[in-house]
Amino acid sequence: MAGVAATHRNLSALHRALGETLPRAVHPGAWWGWALSLAVVASLTTNPLIHLLLIAVLTLVVTARRGDSPFARALRYYVFLGVFVIAVRVVLHVLVGLKFGSVELIRLPTIDLPSWAAGIVLGGTIYLEGLLRAVAEGLRLATIIICVGAANALANPKRLLRAFPAALHDIGTALVVAVSVAPQLAESVVRVMRARRLRGDHRTGLRGLKHIAIPVLHDTLERSIHLAASMDSRGYGRRDASDPRSERVTTALTFAGLILAMLGLYGVFVTVGFSLWSWPLLAAGLALSYAGLRRAGRAVRRTAYRPDPWRAPEWLTLGCGLVAVAAILLTRRLSPEGLILPLEPLGWPALPLLTLAGLLVATVPAFLTPEPRTSRTAPRTREAFV
Amino acid sequence: MSLVELRDVTVTYGDAISGELAATPTLRDVNLGIEEGELVLVIGPTGSGKSTLLGLLGAQVPHFTGGQVDGTVLVDGRDLREHRPRDLSDIVGVVGQNPLAGFVTDTVEEELAYAMEQMGLPPAVMRKRVEETLDLLGIAELRHANLRDLSGGQQQRVAIGSVLTAHPRLLVLDEPTSALDPTGAEDVLAAISRLVHDLGVTVVVAEHRIERVIHLADSIIEVTGDGTVRHDDPARIMADAAIAPPIVHLSRLLGLDPVPLSIRDARRAMRRVPLPAHASVADRGAVLAGPSVTGPRAIEAKGLIVRYGEVTAVSDVSVRFEAGTVSVIMGRNGSGKSSLLWALQGSGVRTSGDVRTGDGTDPADLPPPERRRAVTLVPQSAGDLLYLETVDQECAQSDEESGAAPGTCAALLEQMVPGIDPQTHPRDLSEGQRLALVLAVQLTGEPPVVMLDEPTRGLDYAAKDSLRAEVRRMAAAGQCVIISTHDVEFAAGVADRVLVMAEGEIVADGPRHEILVSSPAFAPQVGKILAPAPWLTVDEVREALDG
Repeated sequence: MAGVAATHRNLSALHRALGETLPRAVHPGAWWGWALSLAVVASLTTNPLIHLLLIAVLTLVVTARRGDSPFARALRYYVFLGVFVIAVRVVLHVLVGLKFGSVELIRLPTIDLPSWAAGIVLGGTIYLEGLLRAVAEGLRLATIIICVGAANALANPKRLLRAFPAALHDIGTALVVAVSVAPQLAESVVRVMRARRLRGDHRTGLRGLKHIAIPVLHDTLERSIHLAASMDSRGYGRRDASDPRSERVTTALTFAGLILAMLGLYGVFVTVGFSLWSWPLLAAGLALSYAGLRRAGRAVRRTAYRPDPWRAPEWLTLGCGLVAVAAILLTRRLSPEGLILPLEPLGWPALPLLTLAGLLVATVPAFLTPEPRTSRTAPRTREAFV
Repeated sequence: MSLVELRDVTVTYGDAISGELAATPTLRDVNLGIEEGELVLVIGPTGSGKSTLLGLLGAQVPHFTGGQVDGTVLVDGRDLREHRPRDLSDIVGVVGQNPLAGFVTDTVEEELAYAMEQMGLPPAVMRKRVEETLDLLGIAELRHANLRDLSGGQQQRVAIGSVLTAHPRLLVLDEPTSALDPTGAEDVLAAISRLVHDLGVTVVVAEHRIERVIHLADSIIEVTGDGTVRHDDPARIMADAAIAPPIVHLSRLLGLDPVPLSIRDARRAMRRVPLPAHASVADRGAVLAGPSVTGPRAIEAKGLIVRYGEVTAVSDVSVRFEAGTVSVIMGRNGSGKSSLLWALQGSGVRTSGDVRTGDGTDPADLPPPERRRAVTLVPQSAGDLLYLETVDQECAQSDEESGAAPGTCAALLEQMVPGIDPQTHPRDLSEGQRLALVLAVQLTGEPPVVMLDEPTRGLDYAAKDSLRAEVRRMAAAGQCVIISTHDVEFAAGVADRVLVMAEGEIVADGPRHEILVSSPAFAPQVGKILAPAPWLTVDEVREALDG
């Protein structure tokens, strides 16, 4: 017990050093940056040990720092999706995959396809090596999916949209409305299907679909109009009275900037002789677009209620993710063999120490970020630990 | 100068497709002035232009609805035809019937802040106003709650709060309590009255159930069927208004002058009126027990349990309903009324228990078309049952579904609401007409058991009267009618028997007088005024006076 108490005291001291002792939500951008960094780590290796460690890190941080929004409980669905992805990958391998290796597992009959599908073999002998590679690749994709799931669970996507710059506010709002309409649509479908049973209607197929779709669409349209009216009467889309000339200037700036940036990009990626101009063109284009967006943003005068601040814990969270990326990049430079699953000859995957250290650093946000504020974080006694 | 001024306002809607203006205007030559700090009640039959009048004040008409507005509408000196609703959010706050449909964010606090964010107020001001509004409406403990988890009354208070934070000078409420149970409605009305009395906010409110708000009103705007309006003192309007709450009908019957508008005033006025001897306490017991109505079993449940995951909606209910009777189930939102009806009908979830109809079959075992002929249910959102393009097609479809002779459904509809154009789209009907159509569709098979879930939502007094007549006719024809409702006045007028549910259990069950007279929440106005005399409706008093 003494050890636990000491650790807790040390943690509190660290929290104070970061200047954050009160529970609050960490900026959603920091969580997304952290989770996407880990997704990059996952994409750079096929070593299943690293992937399993990554999933452990994600689970640890999510359980320690998720809030109580409905999104916070969503991680398990991403895990299910990941398992499904692995299963699909394995089934595809058995059916049409490239079979290779020396350790024979099972001998399936081969089905020859007609000449136009030459090169594809259905079935065939399954070898351990091929199967392991399919599992490892499936696991890689599953880990990336779980990274996105973790970001969703840690940071309510709606709060992320609130952090959009003012000029992109309209796009953000459209996304928010789309996100809120989806569950309502599901609700109306359930309600209308229930009601249809009351009418004794049990038609299936296209006609039945029509009988569900029409009331649901009516309902959804009505709701959207209600929502639009409500947003309108609460001042959504208010702008300072700006003269049309200034608006035209803004549009011209943004448009010209985008065209220049496109030309620049074209130069950077494609032609050789053009390349002297391409970088300045790209820079000028981006600068013009930025100016246009700034101007558009100034016309929208709105503020955010209790915005999420970006302070030390946010830098820490983002930094920990980047450290993990740096660690795996360095491993790739120094000892790339540690990042792949050895198949020919078959062997136990290595555990590169540098990558492991990077993953350990990635767990730090679970301890050093402020605790999320939940409706349950009512004054709770914590004497038991101190 | 008045806060709101309407000068010679005429509103004519255009056709949605051709854009041609309708021949008759919805509102005609309206001249009104609303003073600062007034609570104005807007009354009128469905489709009379109440919503149009309210829409004018928030500039939704014509900016959102289209149509042509002649004349001048001034709010706080601004001409509304030149301002879009979004530019008026700091002057006019608009709250609709269905709060959930208007929510933009997820939590109470964010929803309250939304309007202020759009106005670009500094964070410190927003923070302070959110705290004040939370306290003002009594929802401080819900600040972090998810909006979808709130009860209807709480949602409606959040919706009011979400426009109040912009500090509007005028609050426009379109039937704020029509979807709420009596307690939730009381909470919302208490909040509104506090806004008017303590803060001096000007409120314009439309309400079908006038009895709920009339005692708060400073003046009444009556929108008559022909598009003209009358704006006057409540007592003067109520002396001869076409639609009036039971309290007014009672005082007209007893010749009270001036017309009392609150229960308290009415009871004081009643001291001067001699009641017939029949009202003596001696007869009370006999009236309370009521004529005992018994009939053969129509539907019966034993040990019925409905659970959704962790939540128990109906817990171990055993109940029997007789043919030829009307039973009303009351209780607050979420007390299990709807779940009970759906489980009885057989289409809803039933976790355990046994349901038998009159001939001993379990409706859940029947295939849906036959089940519908045995037990029919009209759900809360009745419009969900309609999916065809015209009234005619719906009726024909219903005849086919229930194996009735062609024309049965149309004849039923004609009997309930005469004169509906068979080529009308069902969505274009008024609430009352649409309910009648759904009723006709569901009753075509002449089911022995008819269940109605919240049928009076959005109905005006006239539509409720015709529904009441229809229900009594069904009972007289030997059908068993079970209604779940919040509307105490409707229950008092239609029921033989009243059941009260709470937390999934039936906590009271008996003849309507016995249950309704004694209950503070469920007693109708007449019952409250005349207590301890055991009358519930004006008709009963009239009979007693005549007899």
